[in-house]
Amino acid sequence: MGKILFTGGSVIDPVGGRIRRADVLIENGLVKAVGARIKAPDAKKVDCRNRFLAPGFIDLHCHLREPGEEISETIASGAWAAFASGFTQICPMPNTNPAIDSEAMVRFELEAARGVNGARLIPVGCCTKGRQGKELAELGGMSMAGARAVSDDGNWVSDANLMRRVLEYAKTFNLLVMSHCEVPELSLGLADEGFVATRLGLPASPGIAEAIAAMRDIMLAEWTGAPLHICHVSSRETVEVLRWAKARGVAVTAETCPHYFTLTSEALGREYDSNLRVNPPLRSELDRKAIVRALKDGTIDAISTDHAPHTSEEKEREFEAAAPGIIGFETAFSLCYEVLVLKKVLTLPELVARLSTAPAQILGLEPPAIEPGKEANLVLLDTEVRWEFSRERVLSRSFNTPFLGRMMRGKVVAVFLGENYYFDSEFLGEQSEVGKFPKVGFKKTGA
Amino acid sequence: MALQHLLGIAELTREEILTILEQAKRFREVLDRPIPIVPALRGKTIVNLFFEPSTRTITSFTLAASRLSAQCLNFAVSASSAKKGESLLDTVENILAMRVDGVVVRHSLAGVPHFLARRVNCFVVNAGDGCHEHPTQALLDNFTLLERFGSLEGKRVLIVGDIAHSRVARSNIICLNKLGAKVAVCAPPTLLPVGVEHLGCEVFFRLDKILYEVDVVHMLRLQVERMGAGLIPSLREYRQFYGLTRERLSKLKPEVVIIHPGPVNWGVEMDYDVKEMPQTLILNQVKNGVAVRMAVLFLLAAGRGLLTEEAGSG
Repeated sequence: MGKILFTGGSVIDPVGGRIRRADVLIENGLVKAVGARIKAPDAKKVDCRNRFLAPGFIDLHCHLREPGEEISETIASGAWAAFASGFTQICPMPNTNPAIDSEAMVRFELEAARGVNGARLIPVGCCTKGRQGKELAELGGMSMAGARAVSDDGNWVSDANLMRRVLEYAKTFNLLVMSHCEVPELSLGLADEGFVATRLGLPASPGIAEAIAAMRDIMLAEWTGAPLHICHVSSRETVEVLRWAKARGVAVTAETCPHYFTLTSEALGREYDSNLRVNPPLRSELDRKAIVRALKDGTIDAISTDHAPHTSEEKEREFEAAAPGIIGFETAFSLCYEVLVLKKVLTLPELVARLSTAPAQILGLEPPAIEPGKEANLVLLDTEVRWEFSRERVLSRSFNTPFLGRMMRGKVVAVFLGENYYFDSEFLGEQSEVGKFPKVGFKKTGA
Repeated sequence: MALQHLLGIAELTREEILTILEQAKRFREVLDRPIPIVPALRGKTIVNLFFEPSTRTITSFTLAASRLSAQCLNFAVSASSAKKGESLLDTVENILAMRVDGVVVRHSLAGVPHFLARRVNCFVVNAGDGCHEHPTQALLDNFTLLERFGSLEGKRVLIVGDIAHSRVARSNIICLNKLGAKVAVCAPPTLLPVGVEHLGCEVFFRLDKILYEVDVVHMLRLQVERMGAGLIPSLREYRQFYGLTRERLSKLKPEVVIIHPGPVNWGVEMDYDVKEMPQTLILNQVKNGVAVRMAVLFLLAAGRGLLTEEAGSG
């Protein structure tokens, strides 16, 4: 698409923790120049005054449902929804049906993503065959096919000896092991164990069900010397375990998701809204505050979405029978901005670091940066805009989110990755060069 | 009365509870007549939608509806039909198509009555949802106690047993509090839900510490079907520490009242001797249950403006 000049904006350097006023010129998918008042008369111009350019986000944890449940999401629709929400690279979890547990399945996934103008896939394979927790999956083959990590997400590898083998074997292929921590015997997984669950009569899952599982996996990681990543941290006890492990120098990293620092179990009220059923469950205000503190001090390294699309048929049912999970791409930046930046927990560069730099480092990738010579991989953030998250704003094929109708602050208004790009239609409408940038079209039902 | 549905005691004000119980008192008199029927809900249709087995509750609701001259359909949905692919939403659509005036629902999962209430255009009565609430049971228990004491203000009520899995306990704690009683619960810690004290009750682990002080002992059925979960070591040990045994009866105040939502596991939560005591009101509870459910059905129908002039006139 030739030359594009982003003028008058501020460029975020999450690694250095800095923001500086600069124009950015990209040409044929590469960053050509970053600096003051760049002259490029033949470039299409994007007016970025009062807006921020940041490296593209990386989602360490999402669900695209293909193969098996294409009715709720496909690789194409999910990759597009992620992209338009600022995520240029995403890690779809392997708990599809069939599961991504072999070289062939990883290849299938990458093949399905080929030609999609969306986020790039970073495949994650299973730790064990069929996520059954019984036999090692073919980690080597999956690594050869392009997997960067393995996880039995949705299930904890209960067998301690098998988890030991997973860690040992994954290390051989530089695969990151991502653990869904939950001791199943302690956890019924519907609501946080506490007064809200008691009042609603819901089977409960205490925060220590997560922390105990994390503790065991961390001790195995330390022992085997393999890197470990703890998925979707929800409880204050897990934060304590992580703090202890990091002080010991264990190679452990962790992520949490916007709903765990935005909502608490009190949101369940008396309505039994199944859009508030997530796994792990929403926890108490004490847990929420602990998560926020852990994001501030780096105990939790990164923010993922745990984007979990489900059809209304799977959600429009009894709370206990409804599928757990909510969609997360579209609301991620706004919720993070509102709860973390506006409330002065993190600076904007720190937030971008947790959405972009940290996930890259966890995966062993070069962190995206807006620097000359690098591939264009950037998002344009409007932190002033207020918008309502309505059904029409949903880019995923599913609508299961408790945030519909919520007024949001801050939005990703443009995304560039190589030659691919996306513009928010309202933002595009105010650009003087409108018409020169065709809005990338995408129909929700299309693939 | 503005009440649209009866989803739980938590949703009711003290005044609404008293209105229901006042109405129940009138229907209680009706039940003692030679022909215990009023035409209050003539022409109305009520569906009992029971996803969980029940004998006394469904019978009680059926009787209540027929004593009010309503038509009553018992739509017993086997728990497995959901597994066969019929979702609750499908069931709801069927109910809507049948154009009924009210639905009485029991389900093993908490929140199902709330789910239904948001989606149907008729009234919904919760006849027990999972471990959440069983409001008509609490209302009939409180009715029975009021019948005996006149007022519950300051009365000490002890609820004993499997509080964790008991919707009866949750509804009763809330209801008793709203009527001014002081509530205590007693159970082994394995059968107590986290934070139960925030519902408004003192918590005891040893029965003998509190038993002699209370005006009411509410014994809960020990859910033997849950014993596989290792919540208590044995029925024998449960009886030993938490059963209302012959020995413990002598520790009670003479004017104490003993109630139980039934069915009783005789010899486990209560020795058979308790059945013979004049303080035991288990059968009064059953009888009052019909009157209370008549009141609930009647008031809900009235709240929607569905009643004729002759309503309640007897």
